[in-house]
Amino acid sequence: MTMKKLAALAVTATIAAAPVMAELVIPDLSYRTGPYAAGGTPFSDGYQDYFNMLNARDGGIGGEMLRVLECETGYNTEKGVECYESTKGEGALVYQPLSTGITYQLIPKATADGIPLHTMGYGRTSAANGEVFNWVFNYPANYWDAASVMVNYLLAENGDSLEGKKIALVYHNSAYGKEPIRTLENLSAQHGFELTQLAVDHPGQEQKSQWLQIRRERPDYVLMWGWGVMNQVAVQEAANIGFPMENFIGNWWSGAEHDVTPAGAGANGYKSLNMNRIDANLPVFDDIKTHVHEAGNAAGDGTNVGKVLYTRGMYAAMLASEAIAKAQEIHGVADITPAMMRDGMEALELTAARMEELGMAGVGPEFSVSCQDHGGTGLGIVQQWDADAGQWNALTDYIAPDDAVTLPLVMEDSAAFAAENGIEAGCM
Amino acid sequence: MSTDFLYLVEVLINGLMAGVMYSLVALGFVLIFKASGIFNYAQGVMALFAALTLAGVMEGQVPFAHLINAVFGTEIHHFGWHVPALLAILLTVGVMVIFAWAVQRFVFRHLVGQEPIILFMATIGLAYFLEGVGDLMWGSDIKTLALGLPQGGSRWIEDMTAGMGGDDFYGFFIDKLDMVATVVAIILVASLIAFSQYTKHGRAMRAVADDHQAALSVGISLNFIWILVWSLAGFVALVAGIMWGAKSGVQFSLSLIALKALPVLMLGGFTSIPGAIVGGLIIGVGEKLFEFSVGPLIGGATENWFAYVLALVVLVFRPQGLFGEKIIERV
Amino acid sequence: MLYREAGDFKTSYAEDNQTFPIKFDRWRYWFVLAVAYLVIPFMINDYWANAIFVPFLIYAIAAIGLNILTGYCGQVSLGTGGFMAVGAYACYKLMTAFPEVNIIVHVILSGGITAAVGAAFGLPSLRIKGFYLAVATLAAQFFLVWLFNKVAWFYNYSASGQISAPERFVGGVAVTGPNTEAWAKYMICLVFVTICAIIARNLTRGTIGRTWMAIRDMDIAAEIIGVNPLKAKLLAFAVSSFFIGIAGALFFAVYLGAVEVGEAFGIQKSFLVLFMVIIGGLGSVFGSFAGAAFLVVLPVALKLIGVDLLGWPTDLVSHFQLVIIGALIMFFLIKEPHGLAQLWRLAKEKLRLWPFPY
Repeated sequence: MTMKKLAALAVTATIAAAPVMAELVIPDLSYRTGPYAAGGTPFSDGYQDYFNMLNARDGGIGGEMLRVLECETGYNTEKGVECYESTKGEGALVYQPLSTGITYQLIPKATADGIPLHTMGYGRTSAANGEVFNWVFNYPANYWDAASVMVNYLLAENGDSLEGKKIALVYHNSAYGKEPIRTLENLSAQHGFELTQLAVDHPGQEQKSQWLQIRRERPDYVLMWGWGVMNQVAVQEAANIGFPMENFIGNWWSGAEHDVTPAGAGANGYKSLNMNRIDANLPVFDDIKTHVHEAGNAAGDGTNVGKVLYTRGMYAAMLASEAIAKAQEIHGVADITPAMMRDGMEALELTAARMEELGMAGVGPEFSVSCQDHGGTGLGIVQQWDADAGQWNALTDYIAPDDAVTLPLVMEDSAAFAAENGIEAGCM
Repeated sequence: MSTDFLYLVEVLINGLMAGVMYSLVALGFVLIFKASGIFNYAQGVMALFAALTLAGVMEGQVPFAHLINAVFGTEIHHFGWHVPALLAILLTVGVMVIFAWAVQRFVFRHLVGQEPIILFMATIGLAYFLEGVGDLMWGSDIKTLALGLPQGGSRWIEDMTAGMGGDDFYGFFIDKLDMVATVVAIILVASLIAFSQYTKHGRAMRAVADDHQAALSVGISLNFIWILVWSLAGFVALVAGIMWGAKSGVQFSLSLIALKALPVLMLGGFTSIPGAIVGGLIIGVGEKLFEFSVGPLIGGATENWFAYVLALVVLVFRPQGLFGEKIIERV
Repeated sequence: MLYREAGDFKTSYAEDNQTFPIKFDRWRYWFVLAVAYLVIPFMINDYWANAIFVPFLIYAIAAIGLNILTGYCGQVSLGTGGFMAVGAYACYKLMTAFPEVNIIVHVILSGGITAAVGAAFGLPSLRIKGFYLAVATLAAQFFLVWLFNKVAWFYNYSASGQISAPERFVGGVAVTGPNTEAWAKYMICLVFVTICAIIARNLTRGTIGRTWMAIRDMDIAAEIIGVNPLKAKLLAFAVSSFFIGIAGALFFAVYLGAVEVGEAFGIQKSFLVLFMVIIGGLGSVFGSFAGAAFLVVLPVALKLIGVDLLGWPTDLVSHFQLVIIGALIMFFLIKEPHGLAQLWRLAKEKLRLWPFPY
């Protein structure tokens, strides 16, 4: 640890010593091309628009202007590395790669370079253990929370018992898709439901076998961990076999508008999790429209405002800017370094009053981050698609995951990582 | 009849249907390979491009809108009209013909007589190029094709067959879209065969496929035939793009269906249209049956590689594929 | 005037057989090596190492490997990504199972394991030829990727199936893991590239290379003059896979540090390496370097010009990137189907005659 600390300090020192422009640099590793462009574009639009809005409306944060550096990764790890290397020298405060592959790739690198990484609801779940992953944050929720929230939702639906129920998990056959399996297996043992796992290989254009199997076995519920074209095809195939859509629940990366619109009316009733609430009438969107879009600075084509992933990107930007403000408050300087940013993220506290003040009341759950817990509360809502109105409606309030199930898993996995990489757990 | 057997039959039927979808893509490959010896990797991207163009034209989207807006600072997205489906299809076919001409004029005319692998590489270059142009023209968001194709399992077949098995048999599931695809494929193949047997240009096409030199010497224009073949492949790509795009929306991943067609080609032979159909059916049935019977034992998601392994096994016994022209080697 | 055979007298067979018969070429060779070993390591920073040099060197090894198979022996393979994955996972298993053994040994062993796998998948090449073989090697590509994704033993039963490289040292200097200095990464790749290139160059100049080329030019004729096609083809697959395995191991351990098999070693990788070989020039070691450099540097250069210089939106730039790369590939194939190596050869021909061409 001492070596690492020294290295981190050295890097921080060089960054601080270098003549950095008095700006807060936020890199945006976006993907507007390639197989996942439909998901990457609105997220990145929301992320950038919020920072640009802060610049135009408030003159940055604490009097310090923000500079967003967009770098296209195309969801490709090698391009992600290039983007990371080309932006880190500019004094990047926090990375938000929105890709499991790039996240795994950046966890050791960013830790060594002393730059915080915010993997919001994706990436490495066990990074919630802040004592092992000092520089990685995955608040407000992670995949294991998501799996637990889904099961808790189903428990509530079924009078607190899933005994003898059959649940199928349709997952993207990759690191991302495999994340919830262990949690669901534990939960299945605990609650006595039967779990069927159905892997779908990338890209997921052809899922007939999987859905025929679902049709044969008639599970009570189907859960999905999908991304990209897999989502659209799965929703379509579920509609095709006449599976009751209200029993089909996707995770929060399988619940955007573009995932359901190609299936048309067939997608009506499909449910998904969300880690943030969506509401196209939030006051903050008006601010974005007046200060950013009307000034002609919209990221992308400006048509995504209010959509699920746009809202999530904006929410991510809000969490980052709140952490910046916190860091400025702790250290008493406006021009913060990545190390100060880390302190800010670790001390982040989000209250309902603050969110209301920011013009996005109730967009996320209340949570606070600590040295031990980088994962937030893990709350999630369940939303349902209304095909006629063409919008997602929140069905529930924030549902809590079962920490008794997820926490031991987080501890086990992070301990394994610490052992493999010779990390001594502890606060910085 | 036992339920397990009935489900096996269901998997078989659906495998055949999936096979038809693969054949639709494979057909385009065969057309071009037969006439010009070019292994056209860009066929998948052509399907994407054709479907994007169709969706864009129908929606009245302005081509290159993003680029124009970025360069001139304008804010245009839509013409504000909607083009009826039939007219839009005709316009798209027109675009594909222009594309065929351009490909022939600017690329392959300069590559006549090159080694096959060079031609293959050129088509991969073409795939990149076309993908970039498609994105620039129509943007990279997901588009929905509103052609009104039927979707979903056929209730009628389900109800009719539900009584055949026990209580845990729910009747055969057959996707209406797949049935449409089958009919379309039959019409497409029949008309392609009729075209090549009974029309002047069709016969010229076959002559070129048999022997370039001989065809040239009887006054057939190779250039024209190749443009014709690329246009036909473009049309086949449009059909494949519509069928596949109806499932998933029109998006980038549509170009990856080329990878589903390659084992079909290996199995059926690169030069045979019936081969593409039969190969597609065998691959479709084979991979679905394998996933059904062996898949659960070894963790599933086997379809991608099993198709290739199946084709590989067949090739070891018949190196030119099931229907390919026999490879005669002389020293 | 400088570049000519005239006046450069060879007095022994060894001299006559040397790799670079022209004096100027030898100087140039030593000069390039000197710059690579003595200048660049002292100037390199993280960005140059991770964005340009390390991927370039690793892809150069892979391209040399594929060039042996495709360029020298005439067997088109689209399984490169799968074989790189074998190298990467072999390296990961060896690194975690025997942490006390030096990483260099692990990388070489990974090459060996990949060679065995490659030779096994090369067996169908005895029956299947041309494009049929190319598509058949895709079976290896898809099967291997599926295998590494599915069998938990390969990724030590980690929750997500990602593998990440622990820290390993060569002579007390970290060469893998997050704290590796840029120059250390660069140097270990450079040493491997140099050795691989020398081996490849000398293999292809000798008996083995000539049997490969005989098979490439016409396998039946080669068989008649006494070349054993089984031995020659399988050896080509094994040697080619050995290099590709080393490239895969370095790609995982030194360059990326953490990989997910489907994403890092998918079909795209196979195409990319094949591109490098064809753009660089089939049957040329120099071409492998040229092709790798071209395809590593070009996207970065286009990005720098488009985004940083012209300030265009990133998505437009990456769409244009596709258009430009596609157009350039077609342009090159039309202008010079034999690749950058052929341009280099032509330039050397011209140089020989300069300044008095006839």
